[in-house]
Amino acid sequence: MAALRCFLRSGKVRLCVCLRVRVQVMVRDALNQAMDEELERDERVFLLGEEVAQYDGAYKVSRGLWKKYGDKRIIDTPITEVMQLCVCVCVCVKLSVCDSVLAPPPQAGLRPICEFMTFNFSMQAIDQVINSAAKTYYMSAGLQPVPIVFRGPNGASAGVAAQHSQCFAAWYGHCPGLKVISPWSAEDCKGLLKSAIRDDNPVVFLENELMYGVPFEMSEEAQSKDFTIPIGKAKIERPGSHITLVSHSRFVGHCLDAAAVLAKEGIECEVINLRTIRPLDVECIEGSVMKTNHLVTVEGGWPQFGVGAEICARIMEGPAFNYLDAPAVRVTGVDIPMPYAKILEDNSIPQIKDIIFSVKKTLNV
Amino acid sequence: MCIWSIYQWIMCDMLADFGCNLISSSGAAVVMSARTYADFTTQASFEIKKCDVHKLDDAPATEVVLTREEGLQYYRIMQTMRRMELKADQLYKQKIIRGFCHLYDGQEACAVGIEAGINLTDHLITAYRAHGYTYTRGGTVKEIMAELTGRRGGIAKGKGGSMHMYTKNFYGGNGIVGAQVPLGAGVALACKYQERNELCVCLYGDGAANQGQIFETYNMAALWKLPVIFICENNKYGMGTSVERAAASTDYFKRGDFIPGLRVDGMDVLCVREATRFAADHCRSGKGPILMELQTYRYHGHSMSDPGVSYRTREEIQEVRSKSDPISMLKDRMLSNNMASVEELKEIDVEVRKEIEDAAQFATTDPEPPLDDLCNHIFSNEPPLEVRGTNPWTKLKSVS
Repeated sequence: MAALRCFLRSGKVRLCVCLRVRVQVMVRDALNQAMDEELERDERVFLLGEEVAQYDGAYKVSRGLWKKYGDKRIIDTPITEVMQLCVCVCVCVKLSVCDSVLAPPPQAGLRPICEFMTFNFSMQAIDQVINSAAKTYYMSAGLQPVPIVFRGPNGASAGVAAQHSQCFAAWYGHCPGLKVISPWSAEDCKGLLKSAIRDDNPVVFLENELMYGVPFEMSEEAQSKDFTIPIGKAKIERPGSHITLVSHSRFVGHCLDAAAVLAKEGIECEVINLRTIRPLDVECIEGSVMKTNHLVTVEGGWPQFGVGAEICARIMEGPAFNYLDAPAVRVTGVDIPMPYAKILEDNSIPQIKDIIFSVKKTLNV
Repeated sequence: MCIWSIYQWIMCDMLADFGCNLISSSGAAVVMSARTYADFTTQASFEIKKCDVHKLDDAPATEVVLTREEGLQYYRIMQTMRRMELKADQLYKQKIIRGFCHLYDGQEACAVGIEAGINLTDHLITAYRAHGYTYTRGGTVKEIMAELTGRRGGIAKGKGGSMHMYTKNFYGGNGIVGAQVPLGAGVALACKYQERNELCVCLYGDGAANQGQIFETYNMAALWKLPVIFICENNKYGMGTSVERAAASTDYFKRGDFIPGLRVDGMDVLCVREATRFAADHCRSGKGPILMELQTYRYHGHSMSDPGVSYRTREEIQEVRSKSDPISMLKDRMLSNNMASVEELKEIDVEVRKEIEDAAQFATTDPEPPLDDLCNHIFSNEPPLEVRGTNPWTKLKSVS
């Protein structure tokens, strides 16, 4: 049955003839849709950050939201990350305390989305993320939930040099009390951001600037206003039998490209998109390793104490260790601050050829 | 009057504009000679805008002297900075410069006036709109442009880029808004600790002025009487947010509270110079920190990815350009006081253009840094160490 659907999104018209047809949606627009739908669904949700309102967002992720929801729900802040954070934590916490007798928290508190222009700037306020947001529910023995989403671009971009290129997945993933999400595709972004906003806990949502303009096919199911993806569940993007590749964010795409090249040589890679850093879906990884007997992790961040290091440690500690035919290997960013010159930058982050090389070395081919 | 006389009169008038004197005897022979430098005024006095003051009994002078030499020097430097930034704009649009690029055109009087008020042995630190300061602090146009294009001849060997340029007594070039301010106080502490008669000029913008760490710095600098000049370059917009939408008080020169302050016309190089001299004297006499707000304007958007017209009008930009441009202001002063000729200033323009073209040529043809340099400069004064590459089999070398 044919159905004609019109989407009006943030001033852009997407017209599609829908026969259970998938549409192409850019990551930026998927994030925008998620926030738009959640802002509409729940009045307690609001967005706060630098240039999010009148400028339409530094990377245009919040385009059109201020025009639709106004000053109360979409708030431009001065360049003061610490205060941004404090405001967010306090609006969650204060009302919960007042109303805890009348209504069980967290329904009483507000639910802010706090945008960092990049996660590099979150370091200005990281004390508040950890000590105020992450630990408060524990310290108050369950009295004070903190339903905040911290979102923004994370990791390397193109030519933005050392202070603007760091990956914070390992830093935030280290801390109990936080949930840390690192989506890849448009569906990931939409479903996981909606889940994050509905979650009653502080969630760090690590986007990627280079992915904002990348279009992905989005299923009809994903286009629904109730589409959510559970936090803490990885996805097998490509099944395989010879080796497991585990990655998050932009490097999932690199793994899939490497897998396509390796498939021509008869090597079938199973590519896992972590989606969530904390809690880590260890069962998914273990199940895969027990099938393929080989593991390579791929990330953009630095190697020491990183996401790959944690995955390797967990595999060692669990049942999958006995199924490994070779040591698990990490493909990571080079252990240096990010240089500016293109040739140096290209050699500082994992390329597809590095993944292919590591797979072949692990498989001893 | 015969036609020949009229012709001579017209020629005389025209040629006078080019600094040539027409000497004729009975209209028959015409000898032209160029004006010598002896014909120019060697110095002149100018009235400049009075500064607003905060917790100060004195204020910078309002009548100042500019020598011909100084005027020509300031003109050349400002023009070089202007053309350098416009060339960077061009190269960015050609995708030869990548990443972030924050241009300084419109604000030249600040960098030049500040440098004119301090010594090269003093120290300076600023945020990411730093190309102009890299130049005034001793970097060459070639090195700056090659850094923007990421080549080995760049001032940071291609590893820093637009936001991370350094030279002697210039500490960048800093990407995190406001973070350079406590660093500047640290430099000032070092000056005091080592008993050098040096100070630190510590710059930040109107956007950064609301950062908490700046207020922490004000407190410590005042408490310990550090020789630091805090300078807020107020160009009215923090990226896309106007000052009224970001600050509860836009009197940035008063925000230091217990620190004395000056509000200065940042489009007038003489105002900036006088105020900086005044502030430097204050610091050097052991009175502690002082704060200057320079009211200035940037013609470009916040960075090359910001067209700069969604939060302000083209008319506003045009008005500033036509009424308050720092280079035009200096040029008008010099010409109307017979301190230079149009021809002379045009010559400087031609020389500057050539310098910029040569630098751009270098910046686009110099090779990229060698891969051997990838891991160098992690630590200082360390024996060579091994650095992990993207996988466990790739081991790279790092030397100090």
